[in-house]
Amino acid sequence: MAEIWVHVEDDQGSVAPITLEILSKARTLGVEVVGVALGAIASQAAKVGEYGATRVLADARPVYDEYFSQPAVEAIAALAYNRKPLAILFGGSYDGRDIACRVAARLGLGMAAFATDLSVEGEDLKVSVPIFGATQVAAKTFAGEKPHIVTIRPKAFAAESAGGGAPAVEEVSPELPETASRVKVLDRSVEEIEGPKLEEAQVVVTGGRGMGGPENFAMLQELAGLLGGAVGATRAVVDAGWMPYAMQVGQTGKTVKPNVYIAAGVSGAMQHTVGMKGSKNIISINKDEEAPIFKLSDLGIIGDVHKVVPQIIEAVKAKKG
Amino acid sequence: MNVFVTVKQVPDPNSTPKLGDGNRLVREGIELVMDQGDEYGVEEGLQLAEKTGGQVTVVSMGPEKANDAIRKALSMGAESGILISDPALAGSDALGTARAIAAAVKDKGFDILICGTESYDGSTGMVPPQVAELLGIPHLSFAKKLEVDGTTIKVQRQTADGFITLEAQTPVVVTVTGGLNEPRYPTLKGIMGAKSKTVENVDLAALGLEAGQVGEAGALVKVAGVEPAPERQAGEVIPDEGSSGERVAAMLVDLKVL
Ligand SMILES: Cc1cc2nc3c(=O)[nH]c(=O)nc-3n(C[C@H](O)[C@H](O)[C@H](O)COP(=O)(O)OP(=O)(O)OC[C@H]3O[C@@H](n4cnc5c(N)ncnc54)[C@H](O)[C@@H]3O)c2cc1C
Ligand SMILES: Nc1ncnc2c1ncn2[C@@H]1O[C@H](COP(=O)(O)O)[C@@H](O)[C@H]1O
Repeated sequence: MAEIWVHVEDDQGSVAPITLEILSKARTLGVEVVGVALGAIASQAAKVGEYGATRVLADARPVYDEYFSQPAVEAIAALAYNRKPLAILFGGSYDGRDIACRVAARLGLGMAAFATDLSVEGEDLKVSVPIFGATQVAAKTFAGEKPHIVTIRPKAFAAESAGGGAPAVEEVSPELPETASRVKVLDRSVEEIEGPKLEEAQVVVTGGRGMGGPENFAMLQELAGLLGGAVGATRAVVDAGWMPYAMQVGQTGKTVKPNVYIAAGVSGAMQHTVGMKGSKNIISINKDEEAPIFKLSDLGIIGDVHKVVPQIIEAVKAKKG
Repeated sequence: MNVFVTVKQVPDPNSTPKLGDGNRLVREGIELVMDQGDEYGVEEGLQLAEKTGGQVTVVSMGPEKANDAIRKALSMGAESGILISDPALAGSDALGTARAIAAAVKDKGFDILICGTESYDGSTGMVPPQVAELLGIPHLSFAKKLEVDGTTIKVQRQTADGFITLEAQTPVVVTVTGGLNEPRYPTLKGIMGAKSKTVENVDLAALGLEAGQVGEAGALVKVAGVEPAPERQAGEVIPDEGSSGERVAAMLVDLKVL
C-alpha cells in the first residue's frame, strides 16, 4: 500500500488543528498514513493515531524546538530520501511552509502549495489548488521522484477523530548536520487576544481600512463581544499597525469559516476573500456600492461604518434584552 | 554590508488575471509593475545599506520587461542590478526560479538576500526558502522586524498567534512582510541617476544551468486542468436608511446567533 506522511505540527504543546485536518483527509485516501512528529510534539503520538495515522515516526530531541525549521528539514529529507513515501503533506501554515519548501529544494522534488483537495490513484497523486483568489481551481499532477510535497490550506478539511487506537511508534534519530542548528529561537511571544480564537469563532467581525483608524476597532470588539465572536482585520489594517498580524484574515493570514462573517469597511480584494469566502453567512458594510465584497455577501449594506456599526450594536443589545 | 534584494515584475493588481495557452498566466497586454511586496524588501535593503555603509544590488528573473522592476529599484537608490533572462526559463516553477536566482547570486559575496514573503501572482512564497536551501544558508521568514548587529541578524517572525525572535549569522536569506517600513518613492534625481547605473544580463549559460533544470521542461508539477470554483450567490444589497441595524439583528436571530 502506498504510504503518505503527514508532518505533525506543534501548536503550543498540542497537535495543531491543521495537522488533525490533514490526517482526517489522508485516512480516506486508501493509503497508509504515517505521522512525522519531531520535537516535544512527539509525545502526542496517540492523538495522531486517533485522527488516522497507523504509524508515527517520532524523534523527541529538543533540537527541533530550540532551532528554527532546519533540523526538521534535515530529518525529513533524510528519512524521505531513504524510504520514498508517495507524498509528504504539510500544513499551509508558517512552519509547515518553511519546512516543506526546503525539503522539496533539497531533494529536487515537485511541490504544490495550498491544496484544498487530493486523491490517490495507484501510485499517482492529484491535488486541487485554488488560483486567482479561489475563483478557479487547478488540478495538478506530479512528475519526477517521490515523495511529492504538498502543503494544505487550513480549513480545507474538517478535523474529525477516527477513534483510531494507538499508532505504532517508531523512534527515529536521523543524523543532523551541524548546519541544522544555525538559526536560534530566542523567544516566543504570544499576542493575547480576548475572546474566542479567530479560527474557531462562530462569528467573526472584521474591520478593513474603511474603519478609519485603530480607535474605531473598539466598536468591532464590542459587537464581537455581544455575539460571542472574534475580531479580524485585513492586511491593510495590520500593515498599518492598527491591529496585530495575528488578526489578519486572508491569503497570508488566517482562513476562517464561521457561521457569520461581518465585514466592515473591507473592499473584498481576492487575497482577503480567499480566507473568508467559506463562511456560511456574510454580512458586509461598505460605503461604495461597487465594492467587490458585496458580490459574495448574503446581506450588503451600503453605508458608513461609523453610523451602521453603532446601529447594529444598539439593535443587538435590544434583542438580547 | 553587501545587500541583495530580489524584485519580481508582476501584473498590475488592478488588472484581472487571465490564463492562456498551457494554463500559463497571460502577461501580454497587461500593465506590469514591481511586486508591491518587494518594495518593502528594497526599502529595508536601502536602510540597511545606509546604516552599515554598504550597497544594494537587485536581482530579477523574467523577460526583458522585468528590467522595469530593476530600474525602479535603482531609482529608489539601489546601486546595480542583475537581470536573469532566457527563453528556456519560461514556464519555470518555484524550484526552477530558485535555481536560477541561487546560481546568479552564489558567488557575489552577499551578507543578506532580502525577498518578499510571497509574490502577488505566484503567491506561494516558495522561492526564497528554496534559494536559501540551494545555497546552503539559513532563511529567516515572515520578518516584521529586522535588526543587524555586525554579522548577527535578528528578526521577529510572524506566527499564528504572535511572533518568535530568531537569530542567525550572515549570510542569510530574509523574507519581509509589509508594514516593517514605508517604501520611499523614487525622486527625480534618483530616476535620472538610475539611467547611468549598470544592469548585468545573465542567461542560462552564464548561470551554468541546463535547460532541463528550469523552465517548462524542469517543472515537476503539471497543471492537468482548470475549472471555475463554485461561486457564492450575491444576496441583497441595500442602502443604509437608518434601520439597517435592525435588519442585521433580525438576520442574526434567524441564524440563531442571537
Ligand atoms: C501577496 C498578497 C497577499 C495578500 N494577503 C492578504 C491577506 O491575507 N488578507 C488581506 O486582507 N489582504 C491581503 N492582501 C491585500 C489585499 O490585496 C488588499 O489590499 C487588502 O485586503 C485591502 O484591505 P481593505 O479592504 O481593508 O482596504 P481597501 O481595499 O482600501 O478597502 C477599504 C474599503 O473601505 C470602504 N470604506 C472607506 N471608508 C468607509 C466608511 N466610512 N464606511 C464604510 N466603508 C468605507 C471603501 O469603500 C473600501 O471598499 C494581500 C495582497 C498581496 C499582494
Ligand atoms: N522571478 C523572480 N524574480 C525575482 N524575484 C523573485 C522571482 N520570483 C520570486 N521572487 C522573490 O521571491 C518572493 C516570493 O515569491 P513567490 O515564491 O513567487 O511567492 C518575491 O516577493 C520575490 O522577492
